[in-house]
Amino acid sequence: MSGEPRLPKWNDPKPERPEPGPAEPRAPGLRGATRVLFERELSLAWGGGGGPLLACAFFACLTAILPLAAGGELKTLAPVAAGVAWLALALSSLLSLERLFERDLEDGALDLLATGHLPLESVFVIKALSQWIATGLPLALTAPVAALALGQPLHLAPLTALAAALGGLGFAFTGALGAALALGAKRGGLLIAVVVLPLFIPPVVFGSGALARAVQGLPPGPALALLAAYALFAAVIAPFAGAAAIRNAQG
Amino acid sequence: MIHALSLNRLSLTRGERVLFRELDFELQAGEACALTGANGTGKTSLLRAVAGLIRPDAGEIAFHDGDRNRLDPREARGREVHLLGHLDGLKGARTAREELSFQCDWLGHTQDGVDEAIETFGLKPLLDLEVRKLSAGQRRRLALGRLVGSPRALWLLDEPMGPLDARWRAVFAEVMQRHLKADGLILAAVHDALPMPVRTLDLGGLT
Repeated sequence: MSGEPRLPKWNDPKPERPEPGPAEPRAPGLRGATRVLFERELSLAWGGGGGPLLACAFFACLTAILPLAAGGELKTLAPVAAGVAWLALALSSLLSLERLFERDLEDGALDLLATGHLPLESVFVIKALSQWIATGLPLALTAPVAALALGQPLHLAPLTALAAALGGLGFAFTGALGAALALGAKRGGLLIAVVVLPLFIPPVVFGSGALARAVQGLPPGPALALLAAYALFAAVIAPFAGAAAIRNAQG
Repeated sequence: MIHALSLNRLSLTRGERVLFRELDFELQAGEACALTGANGTGKTSLLRAVAGLIRPDAGEIAFHDGDRNRLDPREARGREVHLLGHLDGLKGARTAREELSFQCDWLGHTQDGVDEAIETFGLKPLLDLEVRKLSAGQRRRLALGRLVGSPRALWLLDEPMGPLDARWRAVFAEVMQRHLKADGLILAAVHDALPMPVRTLDLGGLT
């Protein structure tokens, strides 16, 4: 123990937050907290055994099994390529959801997150967005490869990736909501899948619809717009419901 | 800035069990209180209720500033309350350095707060180790680091000394005393006596 006077006291003037003043400038602290939580979430997603790569490998396995199960004829595969790719995408998006809140609840980190400057709603948004960046975007890059392997025309690859990225945003928010609802439950991972898969139906319908239209030479715009609308809807509703579910699990 | 914590006719139940009813209590700046009672009497629940994680059944938990004005409880908890439970919220796969700086950044810290925490709790040799490789006492010192690294007025501590050895207990006692001298507040659930003169709030035996 040395340097007694240098120990910071809780009532020291804080450089990033001058005290007290009626209009306390909150922005810098909040932005800093947002950034550090983002960094932590991404490092946890990538750190613990390369989670995103596992999801991509799972996705590739699923699409590789289909030709073996249904026969390798391109004639039979090509019509269902978009549908199967989306099904595989939805299943792969489930994999890392259990990690999202359950681990933080088990080791007490959720209590720490709840006593920070940011409300739990923001914590939820940051976690869902980092889930999208860590898992949704790598899967969106894998999707065109998988669809191509199933016989989808090459020129649809960019559209496939775009649709998968948009759908992945919806998957991330609804999936995070499912993860929050399943907090503290036994067999949480299974429960998440059962709660969340029905919510994944609209993006699967719109996403594979966009590709099916494009294959027929029709503009995919309307289906993509619906996909984006779903993702935004989920991004608006899920944080409030999810934060309520987290509070309930903590109490 | 929290200068007083008051519990007014607070009642808390967990499931079917009533932990306590109509508890009145007040803690002022510069005071520490040892929360005692048998296992299961609600020490941890009371701390979590003060931190806003459990909603009380009746009564209220209020925070006041120096002029006895009420503070917005959400704001007060988000800025001026530390909760350190027996789970320390550390991630095994990350290094001690990453976890300490995350915890301090997340709770808001002064410029050299983290360095002070490292120095106070002798964390320097641990910083590059993964948290899973630390012993229980080392993990606890790392978790205590955020109390120093991120200055907040009200400390809610749940068995803070548990895994510490005699040397670090003495260090932590000194840290707590400095916090009190700087008008901080400490509410700590303990089984062994705190190493300083404190008030006691006894939740009694199990009924």
